[in-house]
Order: sequence, then structure tokens, then C-alpha cells
Amino acid sequence: MPAITYIEFDGTEYHVDVAVGNSVMEGALNNMIDGIVAECGGCCVCCTCHCMIDPEWSEVVGEANDEENELLEMLDVREPTSRLSCQVQVTDEMDGMVVRLPESQY
Amino acid sequence: MEVDDHVVIIGASHAAVQLMISLRQQGWLGAITTISDEPHMPYQRPPLSKSYLDGSVEADRLVLRAAETYDKLKVDFKLGCKVTSIDARNKQLNLDTGEKIGFTKLALCTGARVRQLDLPGSELEGVHYLRTMDDVKAIRQSAKKASRAVIIGGGYIGLETAASLTKLGIKVTVLETETRLLKRVASEQVSGFYKRLHEEEGVEIRLGSKVVALQGNSQVRSVVCDDDSHSGADMVIIGVGVIPNTELASEAGLVVENGIVVDQFAQTSHPDIVAAGDCTFHPNALLKKSLRLESVPNASEQAKAAAASLCGIKKAYSELPWFWSDQFDVKLQIAGISQGYTKAVVRGDASAGRSFSVFYIKDQYVIAADCINRPKDFMVAKKLILQQSKIDVAALVDESSEIKKLLINGEQ
Repeated sequence: MPAITYIEFDGTEYHVDVAVGNSVMEGALNNMIDGIVAECGGCCVCCTCHCMIDPEWSEVVGEANDEENELLEMLDVREPTSRLSCQVQVTDEMDGMVVRLPESQY
Repeated sequence: MEVDDHVVIIGASHAAVQLMISLRQQGWLGAITTISDEPHMPYQRPPLSKSYLDGSVEADRLVLRAAETYDKLKVDFKLGCKVTSIDARNKQLNLDTGEKIGFTKLALCTGARVRQLDLPGSELEGVHYLRTMDDVKAIRQSAKKASRAVIIGGGYIGLETAASLTKLGIKVTVLETETRLLKRVASEQVSGFYKRLHEEEGVEIRLGSKVVALQGNSQVRSVVCDDDSHSGADMVIIGVGVIPNTELASEAGLVVENGIVVDQFAQTSHPDIVAAGDCTFHPNALLKKSLRLESVPNASEQAKAAAASLCGIKKAYSELPWFWSDQFDVKLQIAGISQGYTKAVVRGDASAGRSFSVFYIKDQYVIAADCINRPKDFMVAKKLILQQSKIDVAALVDESSEIKKLLINGEQ
């Protein structure tokens, strides 16, 4: 299983294995990583699973679609590599990826 | 709190899962047991009428958390058994298996059940309600051999089901007793839009239609209305709302109104019992009233407050309610509760296309919004409601003006 590192805003790091086909959001929820709220459970409707992909990995992850972009546009703090983690499906190529979580999801 | 303390959770859905996670995060060291009358590990309910029904998602993708997560949480699941009574004085639960389980603290996440219609013919094969995964498994079975379906009830569940069955190639008729769809919860503009959407997709919508009987010979074949009309059907899905599961609480002497009464800390009238989710009647400081909500975000957020209470921490729950619905290629996002609005204004064109928002205004303040394929409007609406400042309606409905500008600090 690909290993993904989640870094909370306060610096706490989680190194977890996430099954291929799961989303980056599910990886966080299954490991009780608090920085992802995911109110809607992964339907791209609530914008509470925001994460910032480490720039080194942004090419592997790819870009947000229009729907996701509209939500991301409304964030108070959006970074160039911001994504909604429910829309990022984990692949073998993501083994070793690092994602950072924002101070707040609201 | 002691290691030999024991929290028992009744229910194993969205509220229950968040509650057990929050208990551990807040340092609960004792045992946690969750009891559910369903045989399944916790699963997501919102997709049941949407992607799970239309087959685009299978059951293994509905799990709320991976099995290993519950191992890490050290939660004991008792599935497929029912709590028959709560002995609040002796802090003990009686199960239908004859077993008795003691608790130090109890959490009621009992949810809601479908409201049943007392119709002649309800027992016929092919007649369904929709609440649980097993309900939808049965609906999917029926759908395999059906060419015509009748949905009784034009609320969100009925309409989502109509859309999902249409995707499966089934000819669908929706029967609604009211004069418009979604009458209890939406404005005329939104009701009118959903009627148009469904008709454009080939669904027949019949308003003012009261069903009096289901007919067939073992298998349902037609639905009879009070005007004596017959609608042919190989399957029928009834979606006429839910009833909160409050009986265990009221029999145990807890205060119950339209739901189990809790305070902002999810505390019931019993000091060792909390409740969270669809089953609760709770105060909301933002809305300045008490209400009962059928909503996943509400279940999860209220469960966090309930877990805190059980750990002796005061964490008030007061969130802006929000909801969503997927039908065909339309994503509806609802912010706030529109009840009591004095004016509904539209940003965009409700009469054509599939993208607009309705803002509900009361005394110059935005109190709610229905956003149709407009995620940006939804995000702004939530902030507009929370910022509680008078709204410039002319700017709100002016599509040439960026909606973000209406926010205080919107220029940032």
C-alpha cells in the first residue's frame, strides 16, 4: 500500500498506508487524522477536506476539475497545490507523498 | 474517568461513529460498545438513494471507516441485535437476545425510521421503503426486472430515487399529494425547477395525487389514486418522511418532544445519557430555536459535543445546518433553514438551464439559500448567513457583480 505522510497545521506528522483506490480523504479519516473534517463524506460538496499537496507531488496528483475549483476558489487560504482530498484517488505512484493540512477547514 | 468505565452507544451510523472517534480523541480510556439492529458495519447513508442505488458505487465503497480503524479505537460491535429497554436507574440495557449490558454512560444515536403508509396492498412484492442498505439491496433486485416504477412522495428521497431509477432505464412516475414538489422545504422556484428537471429527463410528475391502494397478484402491478386513476408499476418506492426513534428514551423517562430533547452539549434530561443525530430535538443558538434535523453534518458535529460531555468537557454544538441532494447532473446545496422567510430572490435563471440560486431573506437578512449547480454561491451563502449583516438584494441578484463582494472583507 502506498505510504502517505499527512502533516497537521501544528506540525504533527502521520505516516500511514492508504489503499490504492481510496481517496486521500479516506486515508485521513481511517487514521483519525483530525485536520480533515469531510462533512459530506467525500461528495465534493462541502469543502471541509482541503489539503495542500507537497509541490514535488503535484504533477502526480494532477489538477482539480471545475466543480472542485469553484469550491477551492472560496477558501480563505488557497495555495497553488490546494486540493479537496476526497477528489484525489490514491495510486501506486503516490507512495511517499506528503500532504499538509490547513489550520481550519471552515 | 476510569479504565473500567463503559460507554454504550445505541446505533451504529454517522453519529455513533463520530462519537466513538471523538471519545478516544478526548481521552476516554474505558470500554466502548456499540449496538445496532442492522447486521452491517457502519456505512454512509447519503449515497444509498444516489450512487449506490444506480449501481455506480458498490457496498464495499460505502464503509464509513476501514475495519482496522475500529480495531484501533477498541470498540466492541454488537450487530443485528436490538435494545428492548433502558433501565436508567440501574444503568443497564436489555437486549432482544436476553442479554443484559451495564453501562457507566449511554449515548443514544438511534436515528430515525421511515414513516409507513397504511395502504391496502403494501405487503405486495416490489413495494419498498428506503432507509437502510438492505432496503436498497432489495430495491436493486426489483429494479433488475422492472420497466416501470412509481414513487410515492415528491420529497428529496423520492426525487433522488426517481433520478437513480431513470438512470437504470426504468420509466418512473412520481406521485405527490401536495400542489408542488418539495413543498415543506423549498420555495416555489426550486419546486418548479425540480418538476422541469425531472420532466426533461423523462420522469412523469403527478401533483395533487393521493394514493389509496396498491394492486397486484402477489407482485405489485398498479397504484391507485383517489381520482380512481391507475398507474402501472413493477415496483413502488414509498418516501414520505421519517419518524425519530425516541421510544427507548421516552420509556426510560427521558424528556422527548419531536425527538429526544438535548441541550447544546447533547446532554439529555438524564445526567449519564447523551444523544446525537437525527433522533434529537436540540437548540441551535444561530437559529435561535430548537429543532430536529435529518442531516449527516448535524449528526457528526453533534456527536463531537456528545463525546465531549461524556468526557466531562463542555463543547457547545451550534452549527449552521446544511444539506445536499444529487439528481441527474444537478447538485443542490442548501445552506441554512428557509422556514419563516419573507422573500425569495433568484440569482441566475430558474426558468431555463440548470444553474441558479435562490436566497431566502427575512427582514433584510439572508437566512438560507438553495444553490443549484452553484458551489461558489453556496460557499458565499454560508458566510452571508453567518455574518448577519443587512443584504443588498439588488447586488445579490445581479449576475454581473461578483457574489464574493457581498461578504464583509469580500475584496480580500
